[in-house]
Amino acid sequence: MTARRRHPLAGYAVVLTGLLLAGVGYAVVTGVGAASASAPAITASAQLSAGRQLFVENCQSCHGDFGQGNPSVPAPSLIGVGAAAVDFQVSTGRMPCKELEAECTRKPVSLNTQQIHALAAYIESLGGGPQIPSAAQVSQIGANAGFGQQLFVADCAQCHNFDGAGGALTYGKYAPPLTKSTPTQIFEAMLTGPEAMPVFNDTTITPQEKRDIIAYIVQTRQEPNPGGFSLGRVGPVTEGLVAFLGLLLFMVFSAMWITAKHRKTPNE
Amino acid sequence: MSDAPTGHPRGEPEEGPILEGQTEGSAEPEGAPHRVIGTPPPAQSRMLLAETAAGTADGQPAVRERELPADPQDMDDAKRAERIVAACFLLAMLAGIAFIAAYVIFEPHSPTRVLHSNLALGLTMGLTFLLLGAGATIWVRRLMPDVELTEMRHPLRSDEADREAFVETFNEGADASQFVKRPILRRTLIAATVPVAVAPVVLLRDLGPLPRTKLDHTVWRPGLRLLNYGANTPIRPGDFSSPGGMISVVPEGYQDNFNALAKAACIIIKFAPGQAVYTPQSHPVDGFTVQNWTVDNIVCYSKICTHVGCPAALYEQTTHHILCPCHQSTFDAARGAQVIFGPATRALPQLPMTVDAEGYLVARSDFTEPVGPSFWERGNSS
Repeated sequence: MTARRRHPLAGYAVVLTGLLLAGVGYAVVTGVGAASASAPAITASAQLSAGRQLFVENCQSCHGDFGQGNPSVPAPSLIGVGAAAVDFQVSTGRMPCKELEAECTRKPVSLNTQQIHALAAYIESLGGGPQIPSAAQVSQIGANAGFGQQLFVADCAQCHNFDGAGGALTYGKYAPPLTKSTPTQIFEAMLTGPEAMPVFNDTTITPQEKRDIIAYIVQTRQEPNPGGFSLGRVGPVTEGLVAFLGLLLFMVFSAMWITAKHRKTPNE
Repeated sequence: MSDAPTGHPRGEPEEGPILEGQTEGSAEPEGAPHRVIGTPPPAQSRMLLAETAAGTADGQPAVRERELPADPQDMDDAKRAERIVAACFLLAMLAGIAFIAAYVIFEPHSPTRVLHSNLALGLTMGLTFLLLGAGATIWVRRLMPDVELTEMRHPLRSDEADREAFVETFNEGADASQFVKRPILRRTLIAATVPVAVAPVVLLRDLGPLPRTKLDHTVWRPGLRLLNYGANTPIRPGDFSSPGGMISVVPEGYQDNFNALAKAACIIIKFAPGQAVYTPQSHPVDGFTVQNWTVDNIVCYSKICTHVGCPAALYEQTTHHILCPCHQSTFDAARGAQVIFGPATRALPQLPMTVDAEGYLVARSDFTEPVGPSFWERGNSS
């Protein structure tokens, strides 16, 4: 024991052991590093094969055997689109697309979250790409909805309307309303630019700014509707039209009532 | 009933029916001054309706038969109508009281309270007027007689006596005021009013100043950085690196100057290599062309539509269309923002760009053509 303690490498061994203990202890206490580091490692291959299976069942017919895409459908290549794009498209029900129109519409989701994540992991394995954001990345806690509004007005409102009601684009395409989007989906849409939407990468709109934008979108949904009706929340044009037509109708009927024939007098 | 014309102003026609109250009430003492200019002549008759000529010759009003029936035909129906009208008026009164109550109760301390307050005030006041109007209408329709009455049209010209009296009075007044006798007063008075009359013409200057060359240029100048609008941070091409990206940009230092931004607002678009087709011959300016106005496949276009100046920034990364939401003008961002649909007639102007020493995107110059809608002095120059 004494001889080993005097071994030239003993000092290094002690330091190494200490570092290991500290590292493992920290990981156990926090529970973050351990879980994320080990959990995918255990299931990664199973998840990939499940994802591959789901891809063959749901996506292969259009996107090709290995997601290389098919211009004649047209279906884009999925190599490099990343897990975030898959999660957005499938979790909003846009993919698998039922029929090819100008825009794939939001519809009920056909896969559960676990399956979507497996599929996303498989697509990511084809060529990397943006990751699905964590819950902390899309949390509205501490986000600045006021600053989010400035950013939203500068870069989002032109298509999605100032409170996320959506609007028309060219040739039948449209910017969808953001009323049903989850914070994760909004984050993924900015990151990946689904359909006609431009890409807002993390160096153009930082993750913190994305959280601010999400906070604005979510908070705006709670705003009261003056007069009691939202009228689609697309602004003063509809409100003016409804007021004009409604009041016009009311005044026409009033005029008809006031001037209608009334009682006859005996001497007529 | 007296028909004595004593004290009637001169020129008053003596015939015609004179009502008792009027004759005595308007009787003026002898020697009273003439009627003041501008006041209506004493009414010859308080009757609105045309009189029959009969019975007026001797100054006595005709005992005419009643034109409007005193009572409605169906007394039961009238009774019901009376109740409805009274109910309307009572409800109108209650709604009016509710308006005052709502004003007291809903103190607008917060946006939500303001909404409630506005709703309550508007509803109660609207109800008040609606019920008042409805009650009045029912009253007219079901209780008042429906008789057509005719009022005869008379010549508008005053009779000769009135006209003579007017001229006489006017001349007397003019003499008494010394307006004619004292030319210095007359002329200075006229001189005093001339500037007041000219003033509105001078105020037209506030419609100006004339724009002169203001519409031809924007605040962009060589070396001015492009800021990511909203966050107001400068942009490196390496950061704005994802093909399909599009953001609104503004000139540094003018991000809060909305007058400047009305012309200088831009969007930048990042293309994948080979996506954008440039047409160098379309904008040859000062030796460099559209091709070297871009940096690393990033193109900068004016955000102001060339039709009527709406912000055209609805960019579709799949088709490279830039859509203007006002009148659906569509521009092809991959081909120099040429018009491919809609009422716009000119491509969106492109801002020449380069990078500065720190690697940030900067303007290479101002736009080489006026941005936004056409105007008379614009000509066809590019």
